Amino acid sequence: MTDAADLRRRTAELLAAHPAADTGPLDFLRARFDAGLAWVHFPEGLGGLDAPRALQAVVDEELAAAGAPDNDPRRIGIGLGMAAPTILRYGTEEQKRRFLRPLWTGEEVWCQLFSEPGAGSDLAALATRAVRDAAGNWVVDGQKVWTSSAHQARWAILIARTDPGLPKHRGITYFVCDMTDPGVEVRPLRQITGEAEFNEVFLTGVAIPDAHRVGEVGEGWRVAQTTLMNERVAIGGARIPREGGMIGVAAENWRARPELRTHDLHQRLLKLWVDAEAARLTGERLRQQLSQGQPGPEGSGMKLAFARLAQEISGWEVEFLAEGGLTYDDWTLRRPEGVDFTGREAGYRYLRAKGNSIEGGTSEVLLNIVAERVLGLPPEPRTDKDVAWKDLPR
Amino acid sequence: MTAPMTGGTPRRSAPAPAPDPEPDLLYSDHEEALRDAVRSLLADRSDPATVLARLESDAPYDARLWRSLATDIGGAGLLVPEKLGGQGASAREAAVVLEELGRCVAPVPYLTSAVVAVAALLGCDVAEPEVAALLGALAGGGTVGVLALPLATAPGAAADGPVAGGTGFGSVRAAGDGALVGRVTSVADAAAAETLLVPAQGPDGPALYAVDAAADGVRTDPFIPLDLTRPLGHLTFDGAPGRLLATGGRARAAVERALLTGAGLLASEQLGVAEWCLAETVRHTSERTQFGRPVGSFQALKHRMAALWLDVASARAAARNAADALATESPDTAVAVAVAQAYCAPVAVRAAEECLQLHGGIGMTWEHPAHLFLKRAKSDELALGTPGRHREALADLVALAAP
Ligand SMILES: Cc1cc2nc3c(=O)[nH]c(=O)nc-3n(C[C@H](O)[C@H](O)[C@H](O)COP(=O)(O)OP(=O)(O)OC[C@H]3O[C@@H](n4cnc5c(N)ncnc54)[C@H](O)[C@@H]3O)c2cc1C
Repeated sequence: MTDAADLRRRTAELLAAHPAADTGPLDFLRARFDAGLAWVHFPEGLGGLDAPRALQAVVDEELAAAGAPDNDPRRIGIGLGMAAPTILRYGTEEQKRRFLRPLWTGEEVWCQLFSEPGAGSDLAALATRAVRDAAGNWVVDGQKVWTSSAHQARWAILIARTDPGLPKHRGITYFVCDMTDPGVEVRPLRQITGEAEFNEVFLTGVAIPDAHRVGEVGEGWRVAQTTLMNERVAIGGARIPREGGMIGVAAENWRARPELRTHDLHQRLLKLWVDAEAARLTGERLRQQLSQGQPGPEGSGMKLAFARLAQEISGWEVEFLAEGGLTYDDWTLRRPEGVDFTGREAGYRYLRAKGNSIEGGTSEVLLNIVAERVLGLPPEPRTDKDVAWKDLPR
Repeated sequence: MTAPMTGGTPRRSAPAPAPDPEPDLLYSDHEEALRDAVRSLLADRSDPATVLARLESDAPYDARLWRSLATDIGGAGLLVPEKLGGQGASAREAAVVLEELGRCVAPVPYLTSAVVAVAALLGCDVAEPEVAALLGALAGGGTVGVLALPLATAPGAAADGPVAGGTGFGSVRAAGDGALVGRVTSVADAAAAETLLVPAQGPDGPALYAVDAAADGVRTDPFIPLDLTRPLGHLTFDGAPGRLLATGGRARAAVERALLTGAGLLASEQLGVAEWCLAETVRHTSERTQFGRPVGSFQALKHRMAALWLDVASARAAARNAADALATESPDTAVAVAVAQAYCAPVAVRAAEECLQLHGGIGMTWEHPAHLFLKRAKSDELALGTPGRHREALADLVALAAP
């Protein structure tokens, strides 16, 4: 099996063949993928070496030290965090070979066409239809909403209803949708920060070849579970340093602006610092469990913890800044490439963090999941379980 | 989509010390085996009904349980090197024992004797026969020793003079011949101790003495504690014969090490308390039916339990981090301990309070064990420094100065 020394050697070879300073970023990333150093736990030929996931850190550290370009994981988070693990698990060999390389290098951005106006938390209620034509391919009609990055995306993971006669979880199929198809219309949806990270997406007669179906017909809900699980656990293998992220910005402000300090703010900052450190350690513990191949249920909780923390810290920060908290850096409608939690000002962070407890499953829904699947508490009474989707009240 | 939840690399001006090397936050197989042994012993000997019955007897300590834990399992000597008669294990293993003891609020002097007193002795010169002999006796479990400081004393609070919220080397004075005079209040497990380790102000400054609890000139006045499973007593020394263990900086460092070790490992006990409370609440609300449904199927309750689960999972990470830092003598120990105490103490209290509330009326009764855990959790919150004191300590440690 590939070990740390082996990976260090391979990384050195990559850097020798493609010196970071005079190789174009894209060429470097392609070479890195082909060397199996993109995500080392992926199979050989697909950017990996079947190595233990924990060893990714070895490669990342060496490459960062050498000043090599990275693939800007924040910009392509949906592809990396959600599409890739799903395609790896359920995709055909052809799909893996076609999609994973440009996904990882960032040449092709992905988005997630899941949510709909009538199906948010109750995602399985979705109404977008996919109907099979004579040749066995699919025609898709419907409307999606809150789609982050749709305006940049080359591809989308999409779930659509293929059998309205079955109960809602069973008549769904999972596809890869070509965002350049003429039937796809993307309209920006402006959000509270002034930006438009996400979109409404209208699908009208979109033709999807059967070769772009992921998993069996009618198995889409099960495939989507892989996506959703990865979405919620998308913590990555990277270690977060102490005072990483928002708490670091808050602490830095505190140190830099003694004139703004009050006793009340001090008490609250210390509590937030402790909470952030405990959350960091919980993530660290999860990472160690994953690297030993024994994933613990902590993963389901991390998103909850980070959402609450981000909201509390950013709220504290606006308050700390006093008059400075009354201003906002920029309300211009922008179409950002990613979410910027440390670069922009406190007001932006405060507003954007409100989305942390909604995106990727609301905190309420995640608490239900923890309660039922981790603690084993009795389920909610269900009225929709055995009813055909078409007969459900809407 | 999932936004990067913690953002990118932070910019820093006066950085907090980086925790390095990487702490090991998992349990080893060896630690799990130790846990199994302790858990099965406790299941046999210390279920909540037994603990409750014992509290009302004249002997609040379970001497047989202590002997099995300390001697048969070798728990008392985990922190003591093998050549001094112990098991040569580390704070990581002792933490696992404390998790299990917390899960059943076992009335044994483990934290005080096997952790705090042992850590104090390890901070002295172990080549001294007096120190080595005492360590051997404590490690073997045949002797119970306690550090004569108020239970509430936080690390860093054992100053040379009496200080608010804790007393240091100033409460007891030592004459040139080692005769001790003074009073120390609220000492945990004072009545169970055979040996008292007494910080005192000697003729040449701070010093640490050993005193036999049964000696002339020592009086122990037990009083009624909030937490019946960890009895407290006031100690009065009136010319008691002290044997000198350490002086000056060494004595101060030994006491500080004891307090830091105690506070860091107390987090694991608090984790155990919280775990029991959550598990018992989940069990009860899954079985108790009202309005034609198990009450645990109501979302208002589920969400509270799920939130608690997250707190307990985080408390585990914080407690493991402190245990690992103590075990590896990491330069990060002071921060790790302060974080663990500031985080775990309130989690244990909240878990116990939620446990009581979500049990409804039965949680208020004497016969249901929930109160034992609440009393332990609340007095643990004060023990070895309140969360507020630990947060204040952090302000200095990580450069977040007060206004
Ligand atoms: C910043 C951001 C980015 C997003 N990006 C994407 C994306 O890229 N692709 C995509 O497909 N979607 C995306 N979403 C959509 C997101 O997944 C949904 O908004 C979310 O799942 C909630 O659905 P909803 O908005 O319809 O709210 P609703 O489901 O209508 O919820 C309304 C309220 O009811 C509560 N609620 C609902 N059901 C329950 C229940 N069973 N128990 C308790 N409370 C309940 C919710 O918690 C919420 O408070 C994004 C959302 C945001 C805010």
